[in-house]
Amino acid sequence: MDLSFSAEELAFRDEVRAFLNDAWTEELASLMGSTETFKEGQIEWQHRLNKQGWLAPDWPIEHGGTGWTSTQNFIYETERSAVGAPGTLPFGLKMVAPVIYGFGTEEQKQRFLPKILNSEHWWCQGYSEPGAGSDLAALQTKAELDGDDYIVNGAKVWTTLAQYADWIFCLVRTDSSGKRQDGITFLLIDMNTPGISVNPIDSIDNHHTLNEVVFDNVRVPVANRIGEQDKGWTYAKSLLAHERTSIAGVSESKRKLRKLRELLATEVNGGVPLSQDTMIQSRIADVEIELMALEYTELRVLASTAAGEGPGVESSLLKIKGTEIQQALQQLYMDLAGYYSGVIQGDMSAESIGHDFGSEARRAYMYGRAATIYGGSNEVQKNITAKYVLGL
Amino acid sequence: MNFKFSEEQNMLKDSVARYVQDDYDFETRRKNAASADGFSREQWQTFAELGWLSIPFSEAQGGFEGGATDVMAVMEELGKGLVVEPFVATVLLFGGLLSKSGNAALQEAYIPSIIDGSLQGAFAYLERQSRFELADVKTSARREGGNFILNGEKTVVFNGAVADKIVVSVRTSGGQSDETGISLLLVDAKAAGLSSTSYRLMDGQLVANLTFDNVTVAADQLLGDLDEGFTLMKSVIADVTIAICAEGLGIMQKLNAITIEYTKTRKQFGVAISSFQVLQHRMVDMFMAAEQTKSLLYRAVCSAEDQSDELEKNVIALKVMVGRVGKLIGGEAIQLHGGMGMTDELDVGHYAKRLMMINTSFGDADYQQQKFTALVAGAA
Repeated sequence: MDLSFSAEELAFRDEVRAFLNDAWTEELASLMGSTETFKEGQIEWQHRLNKQGWLAPDWPIEHGGTGWTSTQNFIYETERSAVGAPGTLPFGLKMVAPVIYGFGTEEQKQRFLPKILNSEHWWCQGYSEPGAGSDLAALQTKAELDGDDYIVNGAKVWTTLAQYADWIFCLVRTDSSGKRQDGITFLLIDMNTPGISVNPIDSIDNHHTLNEVVFDNVRVPVANRIGEQDKGWTYAKSLLAHERTSIAGVSESKRKLRKLRELLATEVNGGVPLSQDTMIQSRIADVEIELMALEYTELRVLASTAAGEGPGVESSLLKIKGTEIQQALQQLYMDLAGYYSGVIQGDMSAESIGHDFGSEARRAYMYGRAATIYGGSNEVQKNITAKYVLGL
Repeated sequence: MNFKFSEEQNMLKDSVARYVQDDYDFETRRKNAASADGFSREQWQTFAELGWLSIPFSEAQGGFEGGATDVMAVMEELGKGLVVEPFVATVLLFGGLLSKSGNAALQEAYIPSIIDGSLQGAFAYLERQSRFELADVKTSARREGGNFILNGEKTVVFNGAVADKIVVSVRTSGGQSDETGISLLLVDAKAAGLSSTSYRLMDGQLVANLTFDNVTVAADQLLGDLDEGFTLMKSVIADVTIAICAEGLGIMQKLNAITIEYTKTRKQFGVAISSFQVLQHRMVDMFMAAEQTKSLLYRAVCSAEDQSDELEKNVIALKVMVGRVGKLIGGEAIQLHGGMGMTDELDVGHYAKRLMMINTSFGDADYQQQKFTALVAGAA
């Protein structure tokens, strides 16, 4: 057993810290913190990462990847979230790109990958439908071949940040005759194509993140199809297996825990600081202990991946435990805000309301409900773990 | 960075696992626990021959010079076998105190006898009023010439009915709950004025209450410095806490495996009950809890090997987790076995009971959680 980093890894950590110190500025943070300038800020952040060559660490080197070891990846993610810098938008960089460089044609790689790297294309994901959530293979959005085009009809839902997107990658049904998984095709669709409409869905966090995307006789060139027709499920599934070490969100949860502990000292109840509230203390301890464990669960996954053995069985709990911990922290954040946890701040300053984190706590809590639903709900994760890990 | 055992550690772990599988079935365990000594002396000699009793001692003391990782490897497998032989009491607690005591004469006198299996030891640290506070010590030792005179009572002493030699925490100065003023003395079990009442715990252990009525102990039987015994016992108890948590993990893994197997064979409503989603999710919760425990165990072991500043916090967190998860897994294993889980005949309930005693040992989860909070608040 040996937990230490090598001298090279420590040098790499210093390099990451130096970069973040320069690139992740307060100005950029405030740009991304406001709804109006969020897109601009996100793109600027990705430009800075791209300039450094660190935008797409897990891509193959020939397409712009860094060739980092999984330990380097872990170090980068840890340092990034420790300073509160956001991740990159996953839809282009982590979701569609691996499918393009894994299964796309040379022409598709040349056409799309550089524009993902320079953030010219903002991607969104068209998987879920009103009738196909956890049971994704039930999807019904139809694509029918007509000459060199597919004609797409149907609707996708819960499409995150589609209002900003230039492109959408979709799973569509091209055959209904056989096994449900067999008639699905993977299409790349330009959001400016006539017949596409994006309808906002207001969510419980009072923000606009989610959308419905409706396709009404949308013509998509066959050249935008990934791989073979009817084989899209295979490509999408390989993406699900794509390793995502940061899925547990350990570093971000550690940062939030530190913030909670700071607030305990300043928030008072009848003049007594909440740091003397044994009930709150006990709840924080519960979360911290689970988080201390999850940190090592992630390290165990990392160590076996680094040794070329692939992730062990413990990797199956990263998403479930990680999101449970995130939600427990969000709940505590709400509870610390007391009455102010209900505040919808809008354009008002924290000073004029008399409280500086109530609105943020509310939003984090409400938006945070999604974490146990997306990416395969935690119940579906448990089904998968029961079947493939426990053999039930 | 890696979490792998060395080749030597793998061999050690395999040897314990093989032994448990071939020579320590549940009936053997039941028989050993029910015997007069509460364990099998014959099997204890085999442990000695296999070298297990030498693991934590230094090479100079004739030992294997194993660290926290080696102890973990052994304890996890002993846990799977629900081994009742007093490895913790004699080797880790009693032996640990001796080997960290700095008293060379006592080490030379007794460690070889621990290693060859001829000596049984115990550590009497608990008193009726102390509950989990290790520093709450009333049993007194007053100096008379070259001797200490002991008076008081120690309770629930692991292996206390069988031990030949007993380390006793006594108050040599200070108030009842002061950390300073506690000393550790080595007492012969046959000393005049020492009487004992033995009884059993639900996990099969034979324990004893010991009464000291003007027991005379020579001053050279002191472990560590006078009045400074608390530091020594705290350090050894931290090591032993990690060890029993490793035992707990072994039990959890065993219970999970038994439960999965049972639900796959048990049929109701015409199907294996493992096909029910509600049971599957509960077994996934059990699996995740054991994996999280393993992660904290590795965390504590790594910090023990490095003697890092985080050691105390990691051990406390581990003990909280083992206590809580132990009750979860023990309870769920019984529940998922249905009526069979209620029977004394089946091993499931016995594993659950050992997990409950591990929770209690050296402070239960609630107590440790308060210590965790105090430690974090103190560090802030």
